[in-house]
Amino acid sequence: MARVAGSTALTAPVQASSLATRVIHYASRVAARSFTIVVLLLVWEALAHSGVVSRFMLPPLPSVIVRIIEQLGSGEFFVEAGRTLSRALAGFAVAGLAGTVLGMLMVRNAAARWFFEPVISVGFPMPKVAFLPIFILWFGVYDLSKITMIIVDAVFPVITATIVGLQGVEREIVWSARNMGATERQVLWQVMLPAALPQILTGLQVALPIAIIIAIATEMLMGGVGLGGAMLEASRSADSASVFAGLVETTAVGYAAIKAMALVRRRLLSWHQETQRSTGF
Amino acid sequence: MKQALIRYLPLVLLALAWEAVARFELVSRLALPTLTDVAVAWFDLLRSGELLTNAADSVYRGAVGLLLAVVLGGLAGVFMAFSRAVNVLLGPLVELFYPVPKSALIPITVFWLGFGDGSKILLIFLGCMLPVTIGAYNGARSTDQALLWSARSMGAGRLRVVWDVVVPSALPELLNGIRTAIALSFVLLVLSELIASRKGLGFMIGLFGSGGVYDAMFATVLTVALLGFVADRSFQLVMRRALAWQG
Repeated sequence: MARVAGSTALTAPVQASSLATRVIHYASRVAARSFTIVVLLLVWEALAHSGVVSRFMLPPLPSVIVRIIEQLGSGEFFVEAGRTLSRALAGFAVAGLAGTVLGMLMVRNAAARWFFEPVISVGFPMPKVAFLPIFILWFGVYDLSKITMIIVDAVFPVITATIVGLQGVEREIVWSARNMGATERQVLWQVMLPAALPQILTGLQVALPIAIIIAIATEMLMGGVGLGGAMLEASRSADSASVFAGLVETTAVGYAAIKAMALVRRRLLSWHQETQRSTGF
Repeated sequence: MKQALIRYLPLVLLALAWEAVARFELVSRLALPTLTDVAVAWFDLLRSGELLTNAADSVYRGAVGLLLAVVLGGLAGVFMAFSRAVNVLLGPLVELFYPVPKSALIPITVFWLGFGDGSKILLIFLGCMLPVTIGAYNGARSTDQALLWSARSMGAGRLRVVWDVVVPSALPELLNGIRTAIALSFVLLVLSELIASRKGLGFMIGLFGSGGVYDAMFATVLTVALLGFVADRSFQLVMRRALAWQG
């Protein structure tokens, strides 16, 4: 098949404003947006020094920053973040793959739909973390039970998103593909899946934060090297600067993961009209 | 009736498979107690009152935390959509706290409020607020401008417009946000009770698990799972009711 030549990119109208006004505009935007955060940090610092709350409950900001720099410098952060992320991503990858395959199977096969439909409609709203002690009993306290827990928690949004996505594919597209002589396999891989991709990616975008939340929680419960495990250790020894440093570090890791996933989405859907539109949060 | 039976037959089959695997000791009884043993343990827990008092503790923590999250989170979202000043003030905070992995808040809430109800309520409030806020914000932002203008032109004050026009049009997305928050509240509740608590269903699960009383542990786990399921289903009913006017 020949590629369509030329681009469909819409060129934004160039605004006729001088560099100076643009700089001022940009600076005032940054100032307005960072105002609340600066106030928040100042209130934190003031509270920490006021004696209203103890140093233990709210360590001064500089001590938290120093702790973060120490952990970055010693490489401790990278080891812990690496372990936490590797568990989260391993579980996420299995959940993403298994969820998509299971969703596809349920759309195409009546027996699979009959068996899994009630299991998923009952399992999805359940708090799966309650099963964690059972997984500990079965798989021990190391990576196997942690990753199993992550898979069980992250797989449900992927399955339901895949089903919704595949069922939402316009029939006309499928019909015309069949009409032009596409085999069932080609219809699935070249028509159905690309058309359902936005939904599937949305499911994956729901699953990724879940995987990270669960990875941290399992470390808090069972110990083990990782960001959650380090926070648990720090809270046991009442080292509150390290606990707050851990909160900042886990947030940074979570933010990076969410952004990376959004980037992957833009890349994979660069052909899709949604990439041209802007979205809210 | 027959249809429901066919629909839920797979769950019955799974339960039977569990019973068979445990009864014929295809895996060790220690790893998997029989379903009948779990049922007996459940009735024992119910009779002793242990299950009910701990469930009441957990439900209280979850309900108060959720209520705070829904009321304050919903208000924040609606006003962020409606007022530019509120948006500039709260928007950056929402963006800052959105990527916080909620489980990382557990040790901090314990630092602040200890092992009791307070730390769980605060955790659930903090963890569940943002989905509600974002749902309310996205919903309120999609309010039809023409409706706003006509309400204003007919003499409605700002608050009246928010209550009568913005909130109803925000309702579908707001309710979806609350549904996410309910699911999240159970996760945070169980985790925080497993990690740092002296009562509640999560605490019971951990206690039975470390004590090796596995039939009671499975019974409590299934109770929590059932509670989460029932909460979601009842909220779906409420949603359908509340959105019935949409047709």
